[in-house]
Amino acid sequence: MENPATPVALLERWLSTALATDVAGWLGDRCATLASSDLAGDGARLLFTTYGLIARRVPRHDLAPDADALAAAARARPGWDPSRWTVDQAARARLLAALPARDAPALRAAIDRLAACADLHELIALHHALPLLPRPELWAARAAEGVRSNIKAVFDAVALDNPYPAEALDEVAWNQLALKALFVASPLHRIVGFDRRANPRLARMLCDYAHERWAAKRAISPELWRGVGPFADDAMLADLARALGEGDPRQRAGAALALRSSPHPGAAALLAQAGGVPNLPWTALA
Amino acid sequence: MHVIDPHIHMSARTTDDYEAMAAAGVVAVIEPAFWLGQPRTQVGTFQDYFASLIGWERFRAAQFGIRHYCTIGLNSKEANNEPLAEQVMELLPLFAAKEGVVAIGEIGYDDLTPAEDRFFRAQLELAKEVGLPVMIHTPHRDKTRGTSRSMDVCLEHGLLPHQVVVDHNNEETVKEVLDRGFWAAFTIYPKTKMGNERMVEVVRKYGPERIIVDSSADWGVSDPLAVPKTAKLMIERGIPTAQVTATCYANAIAAYGQSGQIRESDWLAPAAIDQRQLFSGNSVLRGQQPRIDA
Repeated sequence: MENPATPVALLERWLSTALATDVAGWLGDRCATLASSDLAGDGARLLFTTYGLIARRVPRHDLAPDADALAAAARARPGWDPSRWTVDQAARARLLAALPARDAPALRAAIDRLAACADLHELIALHHALPLLPRPELWAARAAEGVRSNIKAVFDAVALDNPYPAEALDEVAWNQLALKALFVASPLHRIVGFDRRANPRLARMLCDYAHERWAAKRAISPELWRGVGPFADDAMLADLARALGEGDPRQRAGAALALRSSPHPGAAALLAQAGGVPNLPWTALA
Repeated sequence: MHVIDPHIHMSARTTDDYEAMAAAGVVAVIEPAFWLGQPRTQVGTFQDYFASLIGWERFRAAQFGIRHYCTIGLNSKEANNEPLAEQVMELLPLFAAKEGVVAIGEIGYDDLTPAEDRFFRAQLELAKEVGLPVMIHTPHRDKTRGTSRSMDVCLEHGLLPHQVVVDHNNEETVKEVLDRGFWAAFTIYPKTKMGNERMVEVVRKYGPERIIVDSSADWGVSDPLAVPKTAKLMIERGIPTAQVTATCYANAIAAYGQSGQIRESDWLAPAAIDQRQLFSGNSVLRGQQPRIDA
């Protein structure tokens, strides 16, 4: 089997179709110059101006990659899902992927400055592109900052369809990401690596949150239970039993899915007692 | 009726204001970079302020179905701290070319000092360099002379009258501004300067060409519904609808549209990505009924 294409090669291929020839050429030239530039010198200015100018030269419509393109993306960068990207976001990712990796402090300083002066669409594109940046060890703090954003579109750009946080965030930051996704009603099933990064502390935080919602008589996302099942202790199992007994069929479906993922010896009995639980996948419970 | 408020400092306003503005038909706002009621002392606070104009405030407005644009500039009140102003001038090019920045402004004179003159001129050069129109703040004191001089200096730097919006006009300044071919904007203040009844008479006398109505609402006593209220009063007082649309909507698009950064399609037919990510409330697309509180 031939080697998979790199993310940069894929972006170039998609952009060559999506962009007018002169614009694609302009971007390609800028990327090539940036790649061999010195970020402590002229390179940073080239980055800032090109990143900004993309808004004026590259259209903001959906990239709309087909199934083959998405499969190639996942091969090139595991977890990378550009299905909801726009063409200008792809162009900005292409530019960021061209950043020279040699001088780590200058690279970090350039991205920090870019973020500090970014407009809304620039911020979203930057966070989308985190998994494609050089020196992946440098961007955990940036990802955590994106999770703290009060702008939902920025939060979603880090948290959803993005493999970087699961790879880079420590447990404290990861748990904040998961919990905040529930707070801002972003779907957990689009968080890459959610099941892999689930952990007992998160399970406890999720159950605490469920109790807050119950106390306030507010709806609970059925997806919440996804992070609870594998780590459920006796108290959490009681919470799952409560969710399983609720009137909302989606709530019951979520509790049932969680119980099926639970090694707790009481889980099977609970499932056996519950009748008529709809069999829905997590993706249907967002 | 759709209206635009092309001069309003939304960072100082509440979500109640945004809701009332959307309900009254405001589809877009322009927030000029200004001061915060007291002078800043650090260049970093300018950077964060400019970043909030193109970031957080834009997002906040979008949650209410209102499109937010801004102007970038060093205002005249803060031009008198020269060492700081020099640092701010170095910052401006980073922000002037951002998406949704429709002009350099608000700039001009306040006390008519040499420092104000220096940084006004430097920013006119920046406007030419980045291809943006200019929004002029005319002084509260010595207004007539300050307005004339602002226009003289713009011409001296090679700007064309149609590239410059002169704001905060009154009955004493409007004739010269229009005669010289500049855009004449009027700020409707609840108590001082231009009230909306006077505004109706200005439009009746001078017609709608190159006249723009705004609120300049900020952290002081001001009315974020000044534009829709003035539009309503104009219609009640018999100003033709086409003239109301021109002065409260279309002229602002024509003047600031010279930036290439504001188009009617931005709110009438927003890009798919904006609908997904930013305009979740999306009241604009539902074509809301105008509601104007008395």
